[in-house]
Amino acid sequence: MTALLSKFEQKLMAGSFVITAEVCPPKGCDCAAFIRHAEALSGMIDAINVTDNQGANMRISPLAASALLLKSGVEPILQLTCRDRNRLAIQSDLLGAAALGIRNVLALTGDHISFGDHKEAKSVFDLDSVQLLECMKSLAAGVDMSGKKLEGTPSFFAGAAAAPEAEPFELTLFKLQKKVAAGAGFFQTQAIFNSGKLARFCEAVAPLGAKTIAGILLLKSAAMAKFINKNIPGLKVPEEIVQELADSADQAATGLAIACRLAREVKPHVNGVHIMAMGREEVIPEIVDAINN
Amino acid sequence: MIISQQKPLADILASLGDSNSVFIVGCAKCATVCKSGGEEEVWQMQEALISSGKSVTGSVIIDEACHMLRVGRDLRGRQQLVDDADASLVMACGAGIQSVSAAIPKKTVAGLDSLFLGNIRRFGQFEQKCSLCGECVLSETAGICPVTACPKGLLNGPCGGMDEGRCEIDAEAECAWAQIFTTVRETGRIANLAESVPPKNYSKIPKPGKLKLK
Repeated sequence: MTALLSKFEQKLMAGSFVITAEVCPPKGCDCAAFIRHAEALSGMIDAINVTDNQGANMRISPLAASALLLKSGVEPILQLTCRDRNRLAIQSDLLGAAALGIRNVLALTGDHISFGDHKEAKSVFDLDSVQLLECMKSLAAGVDMSGKKLEGTPSFFAGAAAAPEAEPFELTLFKLQKKVAAGAGFFQTQAIFNSGKLARFCEAVAPLGAKTIAGILLLKSAAMAKFINKNIPGLKVPEEIVQELADSADQAATGLAIACRLAREVKPHVNGVHIMAMGREEVIPEIVDAINN
Repeated sequence: MIISQQKPLADILASLGDSNSVFIVGCAKCATVCKSGGEEEVWQMQEALISSGKSVTGSVIIDEACHMLRVGRDLRGRQQLVDDADASLVMACGAGIQSVSAAIPKKTVAGLDSLFLGNIRRFGQFEQKCSLCGECVLSETAGICPVTACPKGLLNGPCGGMDEGRCEIDAEAECAWAQIFTTVRETGRIANLAESVPPKNYSKIPKPGKLKLK
């Protein structure tokens, strides 16, 4: 298996500022629009996160969607959660990813099944995100989790999630340390609204040696922000942002302005920005412009 | 104890189907405490079945229904009443129901749903603290079980949905890892927070579970 670094990895490791964005693969097998969105962005961003049954809502396999992106010349970051796969399925998918040339993997625990559209399903959680990272490390050392030797050794650029604004911060910190010890080379964070808390996070994480890519959430309206606060785990839009949107005559434009403002605010603290456009991928270029200029 | 809850009467009647005469079995232990299959509930069930046009040949409260030998003995003591019935309705946990189905060759109907191994907070209030996972981690987690208290059973710390020490799926519930963290701080109890915990070994709890004392 090729151990070539991904372009995303090379850039991050060289200390350049990276921009990633999340594009949700379809519920269905028609990936044309998904690929079109990704291709439209590929010139201005470094990699695209392909979500894994995001929010526990069933969609096409992120492995298949990532492979399609790669074929179209777009660099994917494969998101892999522990919610829907046991350790056999996770290792199979990781080997499959490596065989298809996918190198960037974001190791996640996964949102609880009760948030999604298959509430009656059984959740797996055979592994957690730390154990998933350990598993990737083991595969990259040429053996599976039971110690059996692999035919061909995969190599990954492993990342992990972080929630810098979650309290108590010390409680989250020991898990972040375990993630880096288990091989996480970068963190992609939840949506950042408070640059003070982000600075606290960066100060704690920088000595660990992992890169930080700060999450920027694109909001469309005050109603959407309220919906997110109620229904999406790990995302919390502060009241003053909700109010700013509610007071605006053009909420979508204000949402974009807020995202651009936050992206500029966080830039000096971090190694990159991760844009979560929540279905409005067409305005990502404007956020990228705000970051670059 | 095993926490159980009575099935809706409509479901019980549907399971009984055309079985017109019924023998009812309750349990003097867990199902009595849960008020799902004790003396009072068995009596109420008898009334409900009669109102629904069934006949009840008799009933017995077994101490305790998961004890297979005792169930066999108690049912033999009421052989005629059991034989006169088309079906037995068991108001005990799944273990108790199967003690009865193993002892009587007739149709057995489940009157309860078995929910979890529970602690009793106060009368009528039960909480799951242990998942019977076969590999107790409590010595390493300040006496609080993340396998059970965390809806995802995470062994290495909180998930990304934790905030203000609350759980992502229930804002009223304290995150298991926040509980562990607070307990360590406040009591000085030991917990392994810094080291990675390996995945659980599920081969320790094969199904069906069996244990034979030597």
